[in-house]
Amino acid sequence: MIPPSYTKAEASGIWVFLEQESGRLEGVALELLGRGRQLANEAETLLSGVLLGSDVEAAAQVALAAGADRVIVAEHPALAVYTTDAYTKVVGEIVVERRPDIFLLGATPNGRDLAGRLAVRLRTGLTADCTGLELEAETGLLLGRVTGFGGGVVAIIKCPEHRPQMATVRPGIFAPPELTAKPWGLIERVPVRLSRHEIRTEVVERALHEGLDLTKAERIVAGGRGTHGDFGPLRELAALIGAEVGATRVAVDEGWIERERQIGQTGYVTRPKLAVVCGVSGAMHFTVGVEAAECVVAINSDEEAPIFEQADYVIVDDLFSVLPSLIKQVRALESG
Amino acid sequence: MNAMRTPHIAVCLKVVPRPEEVKVNLETRTLDRANARQQFNPPDVNALEFALALREKHVGRVSVLSMGPPFFAEYLKLALAVGADTAYLLSDRAFGGADTLPTSYTLARGIAKLGDCDLVVCGEESSDGATAQVPPGIAEWLGMAQVTYGSDLEILPERWRLKARRELKGGHEVITVPLPAVVSVRVGANEPRFIDFARLTGEPLGVTVWSAADLGVDPAMVGLSGSATVVAGVDRAETVERRRELLTGTPEEKARTLVERIAVYLARGTRPDGAAASSPAAHA
Repeated sequence: MIPPSYTKAEASGIWVFLEQESGRLEGVALELLGRGRQLANEAETLLSGVLLGSDVEAAAQVALAAGADRVIVAEHPALAVYTTDAYTKVVGEIVVERRPDIFLLGATPNGRDLAGRLAVRLRTGLTADCTGLELEAETGLLLGRVTGFGGGVVAIIKCPEHRPQMATVRPGIFAPPELTAKPWGLIERVPVRLSRHEIRTEVVERALHEGLDLTKAERIVAGGRGTHGDFGPLRELAALIGAEVGATRVAVDEGWIERERQIGQTGYVTRPKLAVVCGVSGAMHFTVGVEAAECVVAINSDEEAPIFEQADYVIVDDLFSVLPSLIKQVRALESG
Repeated sequence: MNAMRTPHIAVCLKVVPRPEEVKVNLETRTLDRANARQQFNPPDVNALEFALALREKHVGRVSVLSMGPPFFAEYLKLALAVGADTAYLLSDRAFGGADTLPTSYTLARGIAKLGDCDLVVCGEESSDGATAQVPPGIAEWLGMAQVTYGSDLEILPERWRLKARRELKGGHEVITVPLPAVVSVRVGANEPRFIDFARLTGEPLGVTVWSAADLGVDPAMVGLSGSATVVAGVDRAETVERRRELLTGTPEEKARTLVERIAVYLARGTRPDGAAASSPAAHA
């Protein structure tokens, strides 16, 4: 066995990494606080958030309102923007000093960049890209559900001896918690020992498309191979009903639409109220991304398409004849 | 000052079963991969292409490296046929059953044994594990800088740094890191070249095989015994029972029925309280 940084007996508490961008918490950080709160109650332990950044007081308050017992805040100008070296050093030192039992991170690009490096620095196990978290009844060990090959199967992974038990969780899996007006938790500021020369990464340029977050979309109109690259009618319907346009991996790989709109196992897991899925065959790699939708409509000309098994309303027809009608009737409804 | 320096680039390659050919045995709750045909993990092919393109620009050499059973050697020969200079297979029964902690450790030891690697290029994640944790793990074991979700790789020879575009949630950044470094690249980030069949059919292509003893690793640090995680079980994924109501008629009639059925999900600000539609009874 690879020797861990600290032992089981020394470990306690559930921690959540509070990823932020420009001082705003990522959605998945709130989702993890929500699930973390439930797990902490079940295990009768404390829930802590770890928040790195520069000027993140407001985000810390939000985390307390989301149910954290404690938010550990590490502020430093060099932490304003994520870099592997700075974040691994600071989070790693806090973890080794305070020894959490469980440490949860969002499976975002930066969350995974940090988790992969940190797990090796801490010599511990990491269950990546979980779609569910539970505690094992007899032992209290964290059980991470991980979707594997082939439809319909998940592996359940645990980390029996090494601490912390680390897991990354896909955005959109857990519902964000209600924010309380009367938070009870405390903010604990820790000193940051960090000099610029410890950070090897130079950030030359950074561009974020504000606003696009499929995991928060209430309605989604998604297209796949059956669009043959023409997302026109999908965009029109989406604009009309206040939906975001999403796509399968095939559509993204074909260059028909930007990667930020990819739904599924290697894209975003969404939880809209309504998903209208057009010209998508329905491979498991896609359907995991709309599984949490309240209502799924599938339009596909192939009556054998597996997507119909996963749909509330089934339309076997050409999407290019159905969508114009649909657009017309929704318009009539809105003006009527 | 480094104008004459040429990079030694290592590419980590993994061979994975084709996802559509893996069968699920729900009786035994295991995956049957035995009969599935194998392929290179898709983003690893992009990783190899980046390495070969960088070699074309900066000279240097490309080594490919894989951890796995002996049959992986045949795939590494394909990588040689595409243009890699040397190929190494880390193969030992002791390496079996490894999670990401010993996997990254074993690959890091292999890269260290190659010597003087300036850049390690990996695929962003494996299609069978999809953890994306191995490249940062390799970087940490080797103490190298890292770039994940990278594309548009460039070596800046005068500064001896790697420049890359890196995907972020809802955007991207362009960063540079000093060499040596580990970079993981996105699937589809470039157009991989084809196999040079003349190389494949010419003189025999050699793959060097290294065992645990060759790497000098402690058997307790590799494979199953070095793993921190265990599979507690395999479960059927929760599936949501859907209505599966077939709408019939002309496209117009289907559209009309659909609008009636989903009206409650479409209504925006039409309720007296102005609240958005939520948890409609129509779905119950």
